[in-house]
Amino acid sequence: MRRWATAVAAALALALLVAACGGGGGDEQSAQTVGIEWGEPENPLIPGNTTEQNGGDVIDALFAGLVKYDVDTGQPSNEVADAITTTDNRTFTIRIRPGWTFHDGTPVTSQSFVDSWNWTAAGPNAAGAQSFMEKIDGYDEVSPEVPTAPTMRGLRVVDPQTFTVTLEQPFTIFPLTLGYSAYYPMPQRFFTDRAGYEAAPVGNGEFRFESRTPNQNLVLVRNDQYAGSVKPQVQRLDFRVYSELQTSYDDVLSGNLDHVRQVPPAALTGDRWRTDLGAGAHQKEGLVTDSLGVPLYDPRFANPLVRQAISMSIDRQTITQQIFGGVYRPATGYATSAADGYVPNQCGELCTFDPQRARQLLAQAGGFAGPLTLTANSDGGHDPYMEAVATSIRQTLGIDARYAPVPSFSEQRRLANAQQFTGLFRNGWQGDYPSIETFLTQLYRTGASSNDYGYANPAVDAALSQADQAPTTQAANAGYAAAERTILADMPNIPLWSRPVIYGNSARVAEAEHNPLNRQDTTTYRLNPQG
Amino acid sequence: MTEPLLHAGTARPGDAGEEADPDVEHPGGFWSDAWRRLRGRPLFWVASAIILVLLVMAVFPSLFTAVDPRAADLAGSGATPGPDAPLGRDLQGRDVYARAIYGAGPTLAVGVLATLGTVLLGALAGLLGGYRGGWPDSLLSRFAEVFAGLPFVLGGIVILTTYNPPGQLVGESRLVVQVVATIVVLSWPMAMRIMRAATITARDQDYVRAARALGAGRLRVVFRHILPNTLAPVLVYATIQLGAFIGAEATLSFLGIGLKDPVVSWGVMIAESQDRVAQIPHAILFPAGFLVVTVLAFVMLGDAVRDALDPRGR
Amino acid sequence: MGRYTLRRLLQLVPVFLGTTFIVYALVWGLSDDPFAGKCGQRECSPAYIATMTERYNLDDNILVQYLKYLGALLTGDFGQTFSGTEVSSLIATAYPVTIRLALVALLIEAVIGILAGIVSGVRGRGFVDSLVLVSTLFLISLPVFVTGLVLKQVLGVELGIIRTSVPNDPSFGDLLVPGFVLGSLSMAYVARLTRTSLVENARADFVRTAVAKGLTHRRVVGVHMLRNSLIPVVTFLGTDLGALMGGAIVTEGVFNIRGIGGLVFRGILQQDTATVVGIVVLLVIVYLVANLVVDLLYAVLDPRIRYD
Repeated sequence: MRRWATAVAAALALALLVAACGGGGGDEQSAQTVGIEWGEPENPLIPGNTTEQNGGDVIDALFAGLVKYDVDTGQPSNEVADAITTTDNRTFTIRIRPGWTFHDGTPVTSQSFVDSWNWTAAGPNAAGAQSFMEKIDGYDEVSPEVPTAPTMRGLRVVDPQTFTVTLEQPFTIFPLTLGYSAYYPMPQRFFTDRAGYEAAPVGNGEFRFESRTPNQNLVLVRNDQYAGSVKPQVQRLDFRVYSELQTSYDDVLSGNLDHVRQVPPAALTGDRWRTDLGAGAHQKEGLVTDSLGVPLYDPRFANPLVRQAISMSIDRQTITQQIFGGVYRPATGYATSAADGYVPNQCGELCTFDPQRARQLLAQAGGFAGPLTLTANSDGGHDPYMEAVATSIRQTLGIDARYAPVPSFSEQRRLANAQQFTGLFRNGWQGDYPSIETFLTQLYRTGASSNDYGYANPAVDAALSQADQAPTTQAANAGYAAAERTILADMPNIPLWSRPVIYGNSARVAEAEHNPLNRQDTTTYRLNPQG
Repeated sequence: MTEPLLHAGTARPGDAGEEADPDVEHPGGFWSDAWRRLRGRPLFWVASAIILVLLVMAVFPSLFTAVDPRAADLAGSGATPGPDAPLGRDLQGRDVYARAIYGAGPTLAVGVLATLGTVLLGALAGLLGGYRGGWPDSLLSRFAEVFAGLPFVLGGIVILTTYNPPGQLVGESRLVVQVVATIVVLSWPMAMRIMRAATITARDQDYVRAARALGAGRLRVVFRHILPNTLAPVLVYATIQLGAFIGAEATLSFLGIGLKDPVVSWGVMIAESQDRVAQIPHAILFPAGFLVVTVLAFVMLGDAVRDALDPRGR
Repeated sequence: MGRYTLRRLLQLVPVFLGTTFIVYALVWGLSDDPFAGKCGQRECSPAYIATMTERYNLDDNILVQYLKYLGALLTGDFGQTFSGTEVSSLIATAYPVTIRLALVALLIEAVIGILAGIVSGVRGRGFVDSLVLVSTLFLISLPVFVTGLVLKQVLGVELGIIRTSVPNDPSFGDLLVPGFVLGSLSMAYVARLTRTSLVENARADFVRTAVAKGLTHRRVVGVHMLRNSLIPVVTFLGTDLGALMGGAIVTEGVFNIRGIGGLVFRGILQQDTATVVGIVVLLVIVYLVANLVVDLLYAVLDPRIRYD
């Protein structure tokens, strides 16, 4: 017995010791730090290699681009650029403002931009945002695995403050796209000491890199040499990794965290999140849409009437109301209202719930053979609404529609890349810049990078090219809207709803805003005075 | 149960440890004694009655409800219990009561089959390893450790996505069998370790040595003397695991690789409702309640059976 | 005993090799397109695929790949994730947290479980026994995330007694509630197991002898019954420690504990092979050692068991 008691006591003491060592920490800094809900980025923090949200959020704080999108309207205005001029919408002359420096003290020059863009476009670098350079003249020579040219001939440095960009084809809205993170400049340090850069990224933005613990957090500190027009105000940003959105939300409510970049869908029901967060609840129009892609390579979906019937059998109004607390907006087209060139109600009756007409169309098309599967990845929180959409289709059309999830996003992408979907698939899209074009070209052009449906319509390709080359932005937008209508009639992708930008702040925060692109504008971050 | 001919000659001498208990000497043999003792326990009858009701529910769900478990009225999402839906509606507006009734079948199928499979496989391996010792024990134990080292989620994803290409529809019974097989393959090492430990303890007890010394056959020693003495921890494990396996099935469903529409189980119901436990608590509490009652019934049954099988029982 | 231990340690080698090879093959074999989803909604560029194929030796035959991996592993190189983070640094930050949580959970389940088991086992059938039975069953049947969410909501958000998430470098107190949640299922099992064993042993000869000798009730229960009843319990606790060291996906998620469970879970879903294989390699070692210790403990607890 005594031996036993000793052993147990020793084990207890050891456990307590191990558990107790460490823990706690100074709170002097935390009063000046804004804690932000975050997730581990998928790539090293290089602008040209980052296309996902987590990495993008930090990169946006670390870097400043040629243009910046207004925090409220999303309208672009010059930031590092002094002027962007063109006469033919094909060659753009970009002059940058003097006085911008990287965090290591080196100046931001036109060479910084040209080097960065060439690096992103070059095939051997395998950069994630490579395709953003594809419109620049000479891209085809540098982008293969074995390039035939070292740099793109469309980029030319005129002097340290000026460079020109020549595109393969005129692209009228090109200046508007330049606020995207892929177009940020890179410091010389990156090209000479890549490993050093990745360990401590150097940018030209309002915050500097301070420290990072993988899978735990990343800390940025205010850049007092920031040359932008609006200066950052808080001392530090602490991006903290969370695995569950609900936990970060609870942390904001109980004061352990200051900012959640999204709100758990469960809290949207009955506007609970507005009650919970009070003045910290924020919502604005955004660029995110959800839709159901149609595998046009499956002959059962060949008839457009089938696609239209399915679209009209989905009760978008009730689903957004019940599952998303009425915060999401039923789609009336492919673009969202925050995009430049948006035209309301492009889809018309095709996106309106009309059970009778839907059944009629399906009968006209000769019915639908076999079960209709709806696929989404289970790790993305899509289950509740996919289930509801499947039920809506099943109960309206009387066909055996079922939700058949796959375990992960990579599995979903594998099926998409291999064109192996056997039914409708979830298709989420986040616009890269606030223009109607971002919702069309990459999704519906023949062979486009995100055209997972296998959609090919020469009339649409021609209409999009024509819009790209229109003399003015207005004319371009009109052209895009016309193309959108043509695509909607074909219905290769069934619009569901648009997601507004939703975020929440704790009681400590006076202001912390996202722009309509759902990127954080960290210059707006302010804490309430201590009291 | 009649004694196999092979063991007829060694029936009596093995009972060295039991001579104090006149009950065991009752004619009719060990197993019929056990049954007699079992019959006398009210606990056994209560548990059996509950399990019987559950089985009827599993086989003939339409006796209990006329509502289609898939019928959804989204406008009534999250409705609290009322005359329209006795246990309320879930997020999708489906009747929780009807779903719970229709969920009994797949739930019991997965829970009971997975438990049986795990226990049979694990107990057999543990009995063999623990009794035989030496290299077969080492081999079996190390083999078990290979499986135990695999994370459940990884194993589940690998097994289920290998046999079901993602996004494809699979028949209900095939899916149940696959889920059961996945759970068994990934869980048997625990049952084995428990059985092995109990066997090692029993193997060196005096009465077992005595039985062996008196020339009892190997099979007879194992099944007549060791097994009854090792059953207690295994039964405790099995009855509790039943609940845990239903939870494991829920985990697989949550990952999108387990049971899925149109099949419904309590695990699926719980997994679906977990996000909204604060908003729609009844969608999770009622299936969990069904689960508590079911596990309780099996635990009581296990207790009764163990008592009846215990050779030292009164 | 010494020879037995040595033999067991030697046996670790083939098991280790077997398990890690299986895991390596499974994770890489999980998908015929390991880069799907690595480039957002777009398909990855051929250049990206070529770079990654080279980094992970994907052109080699699986056995060669594995041997190369193993070679690097033996020099302490766990490889890099797709995002370029060293897997070893991920493990180094996550594992201490997991160990602390596992110990707290084990402590809670052992102390509360054994006590509850003794109380209900010694008293026999009655109110206390039924109370323990029903409350343990309740814990078993409620999924872990429900227990976790409810405790967090009540104690954290509403009463403000605990933090709703665990800090990066947690103390014992921070982990108390998560440890309880994590250990609840095993705690129920430990209670049942202790109770059953005690009841069994109460009828055993040596206990009858002890009672006949006139020893006090306390001493009979404490020394003779408990010691023998604890063998299955210790087996279970040892194996469970191995399992707990593997991390806890749900509990870690609910309380945002940056441990190994969430790391391996996300690794599996994102097919970040280096992370998954690296962690599982470590877990296999921990699991094997835990089992070995349990086997050796038998001999200590029960003198009748000998390893030749």
